[in-house]
Amino acid sequence: MNKWIFVLRQNKLVLAAVYAVFVIVTALSVYLSDKSVVSFLLLLSSFLLLYYTAFPNTVKWGIAGVLLLIVIPFATSGGASHESYMEVVTQCGIYIAMALGLNIVVGFAGLLDLGFIAFFAVGAYSYAIFSTPQVSNFISGNLFPLSGSWFWLFILLGGFIAALFGVLLGLPVLRVKGDYLAIVTLGFGEIIRLIFNNLSKPVNITNGAMGISSIPPPNLFGFQFTFPHQFYFIVIAILAVVLFGVRRLEHSRLGRSWKAIRENEIAAQAMGIPVIGTKLTAFAVGASFSGMMGVVFAAKQTFIDPTSFTLVESATILVMVILGGMGSVPGVILGAAIVTILNLQVLTELTNWFNQLTLNGIVNIPSALSPSKMQRLLFGVILVLMAIFRPNGLIAAKNRKVNEEKLKANLPKAAVPIGQSAKQSGGAFK
Amino acid sequence: MISEILQTLPQVLVDGLALGAVYAVVAIGYTMVYGILEFINFAHGEIFMTGAFAGTAALLTLKSAGLLGAMPGWLAYLLAFVIAMLLTGILGIGIERVAYRPLRKAPKLISFISAVGISFLLQDIVRFIADLKTGNFIVTGITLYDSNLKVAASSLWSVFGDAFIKTNTIIVLAAAVVLMIGLDLFVNRTKWGVAMRAVAQDRDTASLMSINVNKVIALTFFIGSALGGGTGVLFAQQYGTIDPYIGFTLGMKAFTAAVLGGIGNIRGAMFGGILIGLIEMLASTNLGILTGGSFGAEYKDVMSFLILIVVLIFKPEGLFGKAIKEKV
Repeated sequence: MNKWIFVLRQNKLVLAAVYAVFVIVTALSVYLSDKSVVSFLLLLSSFLLLYYTAFPNTVKWGIAGVLLLIVIPFATSGGASHESYMEVVTQCGIYIAMALGLNIVVGFAGLLDLGFIAFFAVGAYSYAIFSTPQVSNFISGNLFPLSGSWFWLFILLGGFIAALFGVLLGLPVLRVKGDYLAIVTLGFGEIIRLIFNNLSKPVNITNGAMGISSIPPPNLFGFQFTFPHQFYFIVIAILAVVLFGVRRLEHSRLGRSWKAIRENEIAAQAMGIPVIGTKLTAFAVGASFSGMMGVVFAAKQTFIDPTSFTLVESATILVMVILGGMGSVPGVILGAAIVTILNLQVLTELTNWFNQLTLNGIVNIPSALSPSKMQRLLFGVILVLMAIFRPNGLIAAKNRKVNEEKLKANLPKAAVPIGQSAKQSGGAFK
Repeated sequence: MISEILQTLPQVLVDGLALGAVYAVVAIGYTMVYGILEFINFAHGEIFMTGAFAGTAALLTLKSAGLLGAMPGWLAYLLAFVIAMLLTGILGIGIERVAYRPLRKAPKLISFISAVGISFLLQDIVRFIADLKTGNFIVTGITLYDSNLKVAASSLWSVFGDAFIKTNTIIVLAAAVVLMIGLDLFVNRTKWGVAMRAVAQDRDTASLMSINVNKVIALTFFIGSALGGGTGVLFAQQYGTIDPYIGFTLGMKAFTAAVLGGIGNIRGAMFGGILIGLIEMLASTNLGILTGGSFGAEYKDVMSFLILIVVLIFKPEGLFGKAIKEKV
């Protein structure tokens, strides 16, 4: 076994061939079978394999792009369950973007946020209110409600409004630390949900618990996006932007400041990092990812109500980050994908299977034990087990290594005299 | 407007006191664990909920065995109360042993996440059991003392309206007072109480003074959880219907009470609980009147969360707590 892995590591050509065979076989089996959860999951796991291959990074990104844009849409289009596959992948994309946002707050900056879904709700409601007749309850004029072609602007706007709320939340809670912060953010999330739930009077803004329905689908030069396989491409595009942003931020000056604050706030302050501003940007950036996806969510569901934004949803995203590994971008992507697929595919398939068994009279499983109701139990088990046995997650975060020799070699020659003069001046002080 | 508020005031005070007593006893559980481990036991609200279900289950079992009619009401009440306290107390020790003790040296974030996990676990396990046994996870139990007494507050001052007080409200208040006084005596007068305070002050030094720290922490969890579970029974008796998700909101409010009184301070938690209960009742009755009907009782939970946020920002040490300087 080890020998084979060694061969694969050494010989890129063999590796590429094996990988291509894996992708083609799984893609074909998804294409040819009517509905096969197993082969679909295998196809998705090709991303995980890709992460562990020895290709250079740019090649990996290229392959991932080809898989996402060509292979997956094509492979799933074979059977009748095209839309349900695409729905799962689209939801995965939405949750991955949100988990990456929460990862900035929890993973990079170390601020535990239990009310993260509030920003998602803010994004979703901002598009929903302004694109439906709901808006004419408080703004008169012919401009509103906006049509579906405003969706594209609202992706940015939703992100911006969510970021604003992030700063609003951040400002007062900055004095609060650790687990207190977690409870305050939890309270904030509940407040936002309660307000959306009750803001049907004195002015009907959110239509209360009834929710807002018939939200217009996105419209690009007359082309309507209504099906999951069309939303898929919107989500992929946003996800690409988010991923690019996160990768750039992680090793930037700001990203390093976040990590410094996470490790030791007082020491970071002593090193001259502006703690307040840095924490606020963490909240704002994280919230904006969530807000953008909120807009997409509202347009995709065409109906939203406050029950989509409960504490369990916040916890779901937290579970994704903890499971994958706090502060680790590939880990968080893996965690988000696992949890979403578990929720949408594995649990529902198991429930259907159990129902079949019960109907056929083979075994009798009471509805109280149906797996689709076991979300909380599963999340609880995952959180406790991960906390005790693998606090760093499935793919632990790695700090970027710096090649010292290379840095020294690239140092401009002029730098040397400065070092000498420093020594000399040091001597002069003595 | 003022006369309306004054008219409902006696009833609000009675209901607020009962609710506040429940918050106060649950808040003690938060404060005790925080005092000793500096750790927010997020699952405490769920322990309260488990207690409510355990007590209700005990009463339902007694009824189906035909024993409930045979014994006096107070005995059944006491039995349910003691069973729930024992069960939740042991549950608390178990949770500490399994989910918190391995993480005592880990970063606070990690142990808090473990507590959140435990809280989800408990919610779903209780839901399973309730759903399996009764077919519905919302359970209506047997209320033992639900006759109403009239408090003729109008004879005191004609502006007041009369208030109605459930017999059970008196039991809730009495039980809460007994529990709180008992705990206060235990912590301040007994050897175990001294050990507890010593561990809270400095765990390492306490262990050098031949105090078994693990035992003391387990005891703290037992007492805190048993208090929470016992209050669960009182709550179920007072409000009749329970579901597996009552622990979350109530736990948050009790936590607010603990923070308001100064976390780690047992007497502060009692005071904070009563205060939060009164404020919540006042808000839910009068918000609608004060704002002319545009914001009603549905914002009462927002009020509690706002109090929590305001206290944490402006006076994080609470009303009776000591401010701590952060050490480098």
